[in-house]
Order: sequence, then structure tokens, then C-alpha cells
Amino acid sequence: MKRDLKCPFNPPPDLKRLQSEAPITKVRIWNGQTPWLVTRYEDVRFVLKDPRFSVVPTRPGWPPMSAGQAATRRDLKPNIFSLDNPEHNDYRKMMSGDFRIAKIETLRPRVQAIVDAALDEVLATPPPLDLWTHFALKVPSLVICEMLGVPYSDHELFQDRSEKLVSTTSSDQDIATALKDIQSLLENLTRAKQAAPTDDIISRMAVQYARTGVLTPAEIADMCVMLLIAGHDTTSNMICLSTVLFLGHPEQLEEFRNGDAALVANAVEECLRYINVPHLGRRRVALEDVELGGVLIRAGEGVIAGTMIGDRDERAFPSPDEFNIHREARHMLAFGYGVHQCLGQPLARLELQVALTALFRRIPTLKLAVPQDQLPFDYEALVYGLHELVVTW
Amino acid sequence: MKVKIDQKLCVGAGNCTQLAAAVFTQRPEDGIVELRQENPPQELAEAILKAVRNCPTGAISVSEA
Repeated sequence: MKRDLKCPFNPPPDLKRLQSEAPITKVRIWNGQTPWLVTRYEDVRFVLKDPRFSVVPTRPGWPPMSAGQAATRRDLKPNIFSLDNPEHNDYRKMMSGDFRIAKIETLRPRVQAIVDAALDEVLATPPPLDLWTHFALKVPSLVICEMLGVPYSDHELFQDRSEKLVSTTSSDQDIATALKDIQSLLENLTRAKQAAPTDDIISRMAVQYARTGVLTPAEIADMCVMLLIAGHDTTSNMICLSTVLFLGHPEQLEEFRNGDAALVANAVEECLRYINVPHLGRRRVALEDVELGGVLIRAGEGVIAGTMIGDRDERAFPSPDEFNIHREARHMLAFGYGVHQCLGQPLARLELQVALTALFRRIPTLKLAVPQDQLPFDYEALVYGLHELVVTW
Repeated sequence: MKVKIDQKLCVGAGNCTQLAAAVFTQRPEDGIVELRQENPPQELAEAILKAVRNCPTGAISVSEA
């Protein structure tokens, strides 16, 4: 469904119409499948929380977002995106300690240092400059490199391949090659850390699970690739889109720039709700017949849980299409809901809080180099965004 | 107010530990939530109810003490 090009931050008008007129309805998707589309907030939460809806991509009826998404879901093993419980929780628990709130909060000074160094370079360059490449893409990549324990000498390869992995201009072949390169880099790293561990996620997993034979180094590598795919261009796109959104709301930008930690945190929740970069929803297939809102979803039928449109439901958010950094938005669905709710959400919140405040505080005269209606919003991408954002100051 | 955690349902998303840090904490090894106190005072009720609403798996339950 198409967005209104004049309102790049609003969901497609057709989705809005379905939400009010046919909140659970069948739709035809790119590959000819006809899954159910669920568009109201409470119904979306229902689907995402109920174990009768499966994420397993090899089940007939599961509705992929694209051929590429279907492939990465199948090919990475093990992959918590592609497993139902109880297996999902077994694997998730192998990594969830690293993403708990208290642990992520200890990274705040490092994230601040990475952001500041990136901005030093930005400020040393004469404008105009592409914020996507020089800031938005760079920060999450450097942060995850440090967390995983990717040595500095491999950062460039890692950054290049992870960029190819998420780029919408990459061919299937490019994606397959980039995936293989990252897998082998991380697998070799796991073997090295198994022998000589340091203080990072790969070392911890190598010691805890490779040495004990619970996982092979290749499996640990795949779990780390999954972290990378989940956390990379999602955060990068949020940084760019939030920048554009704030520049379009100068009064709220002023409050944000001068805001305390509580206002900044609240504003980031609202950015997440309002922008919702995973704009194609969450994909499930029914394991048994389920009645929802007077509709019978039969076993084997696909379901798209419309998280983006659910976050614009007036039943959950008053005046939902208004951007308001003071509203209560924490219950938004941008990170999903149910057992698959984003593992890295504390890190995403931290990166967005630090990156956006530093950007606007250090470059108070920041502005778009072209009018907003000429920005190359990527309407077709799996993760909504802008893959170039030329700014000046 | 009496608070209970179902650790089998918890996936360690951690929302509750941010919304009501005085009541909820996460185990270092896997992020699964543990209670700091089972009978928190009434003034924490609002924060706890927010945590209940934001828990993605419905792992938190509350009852009158």
C-alpha cells in the first residue's frame, strides 16, 4: 500500500481506512499469498502474544516481506526470529543477559564517546554532508562491533558488508556474498576468542557455549549476524528519520535539545511510535483455528500484525497522527510484542537518546540541504528510511 | 499490593525494570526478571501497573495484598 508522498511520516491512507472499516481483512501480497492483515492496536497485541501464531518461515502460509527476508530467516541457524517456543526462549536466553537494562546502561559513556567522535569528524568536514553515511550508519555499526568484540582491523570489512546486507540496491547475489563474508569473519573470531577470550559477547558465548559443545562456532556466528541484522539499519534509519521529523517540528526540537533525561527518553519513545521503521508489520502463520474480532483465522493461514498502523490507532493513542514528545508512548509496538519483542531495545533506546541529543546540541544550526519533499524516502524497503540525508549547518 | 513474576513467560525484555526499578530487576545471566520486593508500597502502584501493561508476555501479575 502506498504512502501519501506529501506525508512521508504517515501510514498509507489505505491502511488507515482498513483500520476503521475492515480491521481484520485478507490482503494480497507481493508473491500472490493472501494473508490476514490486522490493523488495530489491541488485535495486533493479541496476535503477537498468542502462541497459536507461529513465526516459523518454512510453514506453508507464512507470509514473507520479500524473497530476501525469507532467505535470511531460513539460512541463519539458529535464528530466534524463526523459532517458536520453547526453542526460541532457549536461544534468546543465551544472549538476553547482554541486553538487560543495567548492562546496556553501563555502555552509555562508550556510546557517547563513539557519537562524539563521529560528530567531531562531521564538524571537521565542510557542509553539505550525508548524515546517513557519516553518522547514522556509522554509530550503530561501531557500537555493535565493540559489543561483539570485532577487532578494529576488521571494522571496515564488517561495516562494508553489513551495509551491503541492508542496502536496497544490493542484488540477491550481493546479499548472499555479504552474508557469507560476515559469517566467516564472526566464525573465525569465535574460534580465536574460544582460545583467548576477551570481554565481549563473542568471547562470552565462545567460552560458555562453544567450549562446552552446546553450540558450534558457526552457530554462534549466525546468532551474532542475527543481532547485526536486527539492530543495524533499524537504528540508522531511526536516527535519520527522527532528525527530519524534529527539523519539521522546530518548537519541539527546542524542547528536546534543552530537555532533561526524562524528556529525552520520552521523546525517543514518541519517535519510535510515530516513525515505526519496521513498517511492513510482523509476519505469522496460524497453527490452529483462532477467532479474533468476529473473524475466523484458519490453521495454516498467514497473518500480518500491523504494528506501524497499530501505533496510529486512536484507541491506544489519542490524536495518533500528531507528533507529541510529551505523550505517553512507551506502550508502542515498534519493538513488537510477545516473546519476540526486540531483544536489543535497551540498546536502541540508548543509541537514539545519545545520538539525537548530541547531534542537535553540537550542531544547533543543523538543517536539510534540500526541501523535505525532495528527500529520497525509501517506501519499498523492508525497514522504512532514507538512505541518504544531505544536511548543512 | 502483591506482585508475582512468571519466570517461564518472561523473555527479559526489561521494560518493567525501567518503569518500576524499585520492584523489578534482571538476573545477570539471562535477563530474566526477579522481584526486589513482593509487597511494594501503594505509592508504586501506578508504576507497577504501567509495567504490567508494557510486559510483552504478560509475565507480571498483581493482586491486593
